[in-house]
Amino acid sequence: MSITQTRQGSLRLVNAARVQARGSLYVAEAQIHTMLKWIWLIILTAIANPVLYLISIGIGVGSFIDKNAGLAGVDGVKYLTFLAPALLAAAAIQGAMDETVFPTIQGFKWYKNFFAINSTPLTGNQIATGVFLAALFRVFFTVLIYWFVMLAFGALESERAWLAIPTAIFAGAAFGALLQALAALLEDENFFFTVFSRFIMMPLFLFSGTFYPLNAMPIFLQWIGWISPLWHATELGRYMTYHHAISTLMLWVHLIFLTILLVIGIYFSRRFYTERLAK
Amino acid sequence: MSEPLISARKLTKKFGDFIALDAIDFDVAKGEAFGFLGPNGAGKSTAMRIIGATSQRTSGEITILGKDPEVDGPQIRAHLGVVPQQDNLDQQLSVTENLYIYGRYFGLSRKFVKGKIEELLTFAQLEEKRNAKVESLSGGMKRRLTIARALVSEPEILILDEPTTGLDPQARHILWDRLFRLKEVGVTLVITTHFMDEAEQLCDRLIVMDRGKIMAEGSPAQLIKDFSTREVLEVRFGSERNSEVANTLRELCERMEELPDRILLYSEDGESLLEKIYAINLHPKTSLVRRSSLEDVFLRLTGRTLIE
Repeated sequence: MSITQTRQGSLRLVNAARVQARGSLYVAEAQIHTMLKWIWLIILTAIANPVLYLISIGIGVGSFIDKNAGLAGVDGVKYLTFLAPALLAAAAIQGAMDETVFPTIQGFKWYKNFFAINSTPLTGNQIATGVFLAALFRVFFTVLIYWFVMLAFGALESERAWLAIPTAIFAGAAFGALLQALAALLEDENFFFTVFSRFIMMPLFLFSGTFYPLNAMPIFLQWIGWISPLWHATELGRYMTYHHAISTLMLWVHLIFLTILLVIGIYFSRRFYTERLAK
Repeated sequence: MSEPLISARKLTKKFGDFIALDAIDFDVAKGEAFGFLGPNGAGKSTAMRIIGATSQRTSGEITILGKDPEVDGPQIRAHLGVVPQQDNLDQQLSVTENLYIYGRYFGLSRKFVKGKIEELLTFAQLEEKRNAKVESLSGGMKRRLTIARALVSEPEILILDEPTTGLDPQARHILWDRLFRLKEVGVTLVITTHFMDEAEQLCDRLIVMDRGKIMAEGSPAQLIKDFSTREVLEVRFGSERNSEVANTLRELCERMEELPDRILLYSEDGESLLEKIYAINLHPKTSLVRRSSLEDVFLRLTGRTLIE
């Protein structure tokens, strides 16, 4: 049959109200469809990343640290147990960054496919939300695998350790949303990849209490941790996995900090997507 | 004209001080193939983005399918198929995946889209490339895929911005044939082009644009009749002598245009005019009699050629 014989017309076929209600899901579906093309790479990274880190640093470096720390351990636990929740949060944040920043630059600049999507009934808000939802899917997958590897390494000591999964996803979501908004503004991605990853991401990773407690740093360097989503996520993760001592106030501070990032990120990514598409 | 599908009044778009569209009026009827003809920078693509409900006007009015694009953009876009000037296919995906995903953006069911893909592959002559990645396709194939993609939702209006720019003659003719077929089943076509032959082939009616303004409006035949003669005699005396003989030639014809490389003489009978030129002992190095085209209309209206 040819398209001219079977034509019904969009007035019969397309339900604009349905697209208005579900549009973000259609975008997420498409993003995940593309993501699945590299599913083996994603699975391999999701497994190799925790295994390599936990063996080399958690067990390798940890054996020296545990020897020196004696029974007190680091924060009262083995180094591996101390380190693992921080690496879980870092993996969540890295996964969220990959799946929000790259598709955003690609959609606006490399392939310009966001402009094609915007020629359909879908809006900038829906495209931004769809990309974000797809990134959450990847983060969920990464965090879940990481958590099970942690379990296998005996790094989960608390009965509420399963709560480290939603906590890490929440941290990934907050940071991912923020970077998605930033990526929507980028005209020159080279700047982002050279400056941002070297001078912002790397210090955040090193100075967020990831490898040692934040208060081991001189006070004038501790502020890096305070503004780092990774530190807030790590503190929450440690609280979930081994009863790391946190006051109720600080528990709320961590949650509110990440929530604020999430809300700001979602608001501005939707806004910047819409503005850039209308240029 | 029946109730227009697209209606614009004093439509204006400014980018800072630059006026891309200067208070233009036009109507497009259902089932019509309507063209915007003009050189690069005339404002055609700006008009297309406003009609595509993705860019906002600065002032004036426009309704598409009876709706205001600034209020009901998504509802309008639900019934448009858009072929942009530059292909924006998803390079990471295959031919069928591009069609599938685009269909889903319109909320079409997976089953419907899968069936539709087969029809579209046949229509675009891409059956053998169904699993090929987009980046491996030729320019003509990508263009046909972009058009096929725009048709996945069976749109009421198909918007084509410079549909055949960059294509070889054979690929252009294949595309024109496909567009004719769509028109036959009642799809309204809105086309921009700076190719006069394309405008003549495809458009029932068109507006000639220059610097954001409408210079003329009508069917290709009517525009030629109104703004040119039946035939044109093109003569070349060599770049140095062209201006020497121009004044003499001007006396022999209805209108004359002197271009850097040749002289165009407008007349109802080009062969007779050429005989007259020989009769006064002028011998052009080359001569060509042809029918008037939209290029001549544009030259008459603006004093410039379409492709400069």
